[in-house]
This record gives sequence, structure tokens and C-alpha cells, in this order.
Amino acid sequence: MFKPSIHLLNKDIREKNFKNILSLVTFFLFLPALGIIFWLFIKGYPALSWDFLTQDPINGMTAGGIFPTIIGTFWLVIISVLVSCPMGVLAALYLSEYAKDGKLTRIIRLAILNLAGVPSIVHALFGLGAFVLFMNMGTSILAASFTLAVMNLPVIITSTLESLKAVPHSYREASWNVGASRLQTIRYIVLPNSYPGILTGVVFAVGRSAGETAAILFTGVAFYLPFLPSTVFDQCMALSMHLFTISTQVVGVPEAYPFATALVLILLILSVNSIAVGLRTYFRVKRKW
Amino acid sequence: MELKATETAVPKAMEWRHRKSTKPKSERIIEFIIKAGGLSSIVLIIAILIFILKESAPFLIKRFDFSEFFLSTEWNPASVVEIKYGILALLVGTLLVTIISMLIAVPLGLACAFYISEFCSPQLREVYKILIEFLAAIPSVVWGFIAIMMINPLIIHTFDVPIGLNILNASIILALMSLPLIVSVGEDALRAVPETYREAAEGMGATKWEVATRVLLPAAKNGLMAAALLGVGRALGETMAVLMATGHSIQIPESIFEPGRTLTATIAAELGESPKGGEHYQALFAIGLVLFVLSFIVNLSADYLIRGRKK
Repeated sequence: MFKPSIHLLNKDIREKNFKNILSLVTFFLFLPALGIIFWLFIKGYPALSWDFLTQDPINGMTAGGIFPTIIGTFWLVIISVLVSCPMGVLAALYLSEYAKDGKLTRIIRLAILNLAGVPSIVHALFGLGAFVLFMNMGTSILAASFTLAVMNLPVIITSTLESLKAVPHSYREASWNVGASRLQTIRYIVLPNSYPGILTGVVFAVGRSAGETAAILFTGVAFYLPFLPSTVFDQCMALSMHLFTISTQVVGVPEAYPFATALVLILLILSVNSIAVGLRTYFRVKRKW
Repeated sequence: MELKATETAVPKAMEWRHRKSTKPKSERIIEFIIKAGGLSSIVLIIAILIFILKESAPFLIKRFDFSEFFLSTEWNPASVVEIKYGILALLVGTLLVTIISMLIAVPLGLACAFYISEFCSPQLREVYKILIEFLAAIPSVVWGFIAIMMINPLIIHTFDVPIGLNILNASIILALMSLPLIVSVGEDALRAVPETYREAAEGMGATKWEVATRVLLPAAKNGLMAAALLGVGRALGETMAVLMATGHSIQIPESIFEPGRTLTATIAAELGESPKGGEHYQALFAIGLVLFVLSFIVNLSADYLIRGRKK
């Protein structure tokens, strides 16, 4: 009885096409994400074994395992997080609990934003100039970890700030009203209520620094070392750097070998990130407000 | 005015800044440390600038020549005949891969952001968000590896060209790398548009398409532009992936199938070989300074756009 006009029909078709095209685009964008891990898995799986994970590379890195690189990455990540975590949390505490809306706060925010946007190779230059040369650390685990820590700082500040802001302001007011000082409020009210979020941010930062290559290139990571680092003033190998080396610099590496290294790196980061996602979901369910 | 009146009604001693004097010493020390921590990011960003300036200063003072540095395509720091420090080819390489990757990533990323924010079911949205996080977590060296092992043969087969490590390859990789950032920032911008805007438009009979193009797009314009700019910043500063994907040959590429070289990759490839304190080494720090300034401009503009949206 009522027939839509041509105009309305066109509108209807366009509407449907619009939605379908968008959903197709989105789907095909995320296809690579799954495709890549699948492909790495298929190519790298044959070379993956217990020996691969626990032995040293031999024959000019064309055979053997990747044990020292895993150890090196572990050192770098742990030390960098130990440095950047307290600094980041302090900075976020200042911004959320003490800073007033003024020029200084605005400049701090801009500094954080720019620190996050500085290219990783520029961080490497800074690490070389400041830690390796100026502070005389030499190319060492310590210098590389400090460089990573500077890179991670904005990530940790931002995520910590978010979880501090999520604590309702009424909690703080209640605490102040019973006579607690600002610091006591932070210690007994703000931090206990926001540590899950802080923890999640830190775990994400761990995943990020495990994969970083450019920033540690000149500050403490060696192409190849015949021994494991014994102090923080030694150089070390790193998983990400090792992948770069064996896929571009060394000739005659069997194909499965770099694939397996990439697979280990991806799986390592993926499992760290899954822990972070898991923590976030777990605490979101438990949250009191 | 009213606020002032209540403020003066509070006895002096009850204001917290007057209570400060009664605080125990340990508390004051901790608060001092927190405040110092708050300044850490300012200190660090200034320190980065200072140290890069310090290392590149002798080059900038003695050797630097504006027209040679920015307008010459010859970068021959180790030449025996004539040493040249021209970064034009590197600058063009960086800009080319950044622009082409953004031509791919921005439309796709924003389409994605529209879909996830406006059409997706909540369950599917969660799935996509986890996928975005996963994509964002893939380290750049793995992307470089993918460029060599996967995109390289793909380009050789599809376009029938001799080398697959070229500008196109690097652009594809950079597009994939900056997509997660563009999608998530773009989605935030769209979600920040008040629900009432959509309801009002739909109430007047607008279709989803009309709502998207005539209401959401103008309302979230700044945020979407900031998303694109942050993608630019990401592409500009990317090092390992472009080092592995561009083919790393110094020339101004004549087509997207020719290899090129970027500013970042040059530093990464050459710093290890240049003697510390030498002219070449200082010139590389000068390139670092250029990168620092470029990223600074991009980030400040992105911030300006986002702040504009909130006002």
C-alpha cells in the first residue's frame, strides 16, 4: 500500500552498504593480527624445542639456542621497571593528589606527552649521551635499562594517573574529614584502592620493554656474547636484538631459526599482556564502586 | 563570590596549608619526594634535548651548513674523497613512508573506529579491543621481520618487481603499526560525542550514514585529526621496522617500488660504526635533533587539537 520512494530505497541500500563495508574493513584489518601469529607459529614451530630455549647459540649464531638472549631480556626488563615504576607512580601521585590546575601542571602534561612521542632511536641517543658517556656507566645492562625506563615512564605515569583518578573523590574527602593528612589519605585510601590499575599498567610496560630494540641498540646490548652477564655493568644479549641480528646481519641461518625466535618473542609479550588483561578484568569485577 | 565568603568563614588554622607546619618531618620529606617526582618528566625531556645538543654541538658549530645539511642529497660521512652531510634524501624517505602509510592507515583506521564505536555489538567490541591491544603489542623488530619474510615476497610476486624491500613495503608495515593507535584514539573521540547528538539526529529521521557523516564527523573532527597526527608521530619515529623494510639505500626514490632510507634508520645503522666524538657521530646526533623537533611539533599539534575538543 505504502511504497517507499526511489529516494528512500536508495537511502536504505546505502545504509546497508555503509554498515557492511565498515564491518568488512574492520574484519580485514584484524585478520593480519591473527594471520601473523598463525604464520609465525607454523614456520617457527619445527625449530622450537626445549634445547632451543636452554642452549647457547653456536656456529656464529647459525645453530644452537637462544638462552642468553632470554636471560638478557629478563635483566633489562626487570631493572627498567624497578626504576621507572617508583618514578612513574610518584609523578602520577603528584599530578592527581597535589597539583593544582595551573601552568606548571599544564607543562608537566605536555612534557609527558612529548616524552611518550619521542622516537625510540632518540631515546637511544639520549641513553648513549647521558648514561653511557656522561654518567660513565659504559655500554652496560644498567645503561640500557635506564634508557628503557625513560621510555616507559610516560606509559606508567598515564596508566597510574588513570587508576588514581578512578578512586572516587568522596573517599578522599571522607578521609580528610576524619583528620587524616594528605599523605595518610594517599597511603591508606588512594593507593590501596588503585594498586590493581597501577599493577596492570606496569605489566603492560613490561611487555613493551621486552620487545624494544632501538633504545637498547647502543646502550648495552651486544650482537653476541660468549658468556652470561654476571653484574649490571656487563653487556648482555636481548631477544629482540637477536631477532634483528639473525634476520638481517648473519648469513646462512636456517629459515626456521629466526621464525622460532620471533615466535618466542611474540609469545613472551603476548603472555605478559594476557596477564595484564586478566588482572584488569579480575579487578574490574572486584571493584567496590 | 559565594565561594570566597565561605572560605573566609573557615578559621585560619583549619585550612590545610596552615596545618602543614604541624606535620611530622618524615611526612614533609615524603611529600617533597612526591613533588620532585612530579617534575621528573619535565627534567627528562629537557635532559634529552640538552644531551643531544651537547653531543652534536661541535658539528653544529664547526661543520654545519644549512644548505648542505638540508638541501643536499649526498650523505657520505665515510667518504675518502669528499665527506658530505646532506640529509635531504633521508628526510624525503622519512616523509614518503610517513605520508604513504598514513594514506593507507588513516581512512582505514577511522572507518574501523566508526564501526567499533557506532555499529558493533558490545561483545564484538570487546573482542576487537583485545585484538587492537594485541596488534599494538607486537614489537617493531617483529614487524621488520614480517616485512622481510612476508611482505617482501608478496610485493615481488604481485607487482613483478626485482626487490620487495622498498618504500611500499615500509609504508604497509608502518600503516599496520600505527593502525591500533589511530583506531583507539579515533574511537575515544567518537565516544566522546554526547549520546544526545545521535538521538537528536536519529529522532529527525537521519540514517546511520547521515548521523555519521553530518553529525559525528564534524563533532569529533578535532579528535579524529589528533588520532591521525598521533599516527604520523608514530610513523615518523619508527626505527627498526623501517630499517629492515625500506631496503636502506640512500637515494630519493622515484617510485614506491624503489628502496629508500629514513632518518631514524640511518642513526640506527651507522651510530655503532662511527667513532665516538667524531664528526660523523656528531652529525648523527644532529639528525636526532631534527627528529626530536619534528616529533615535538607533531605531538604539540595533536595535543592542541585534543584540548580544543574539550573546550
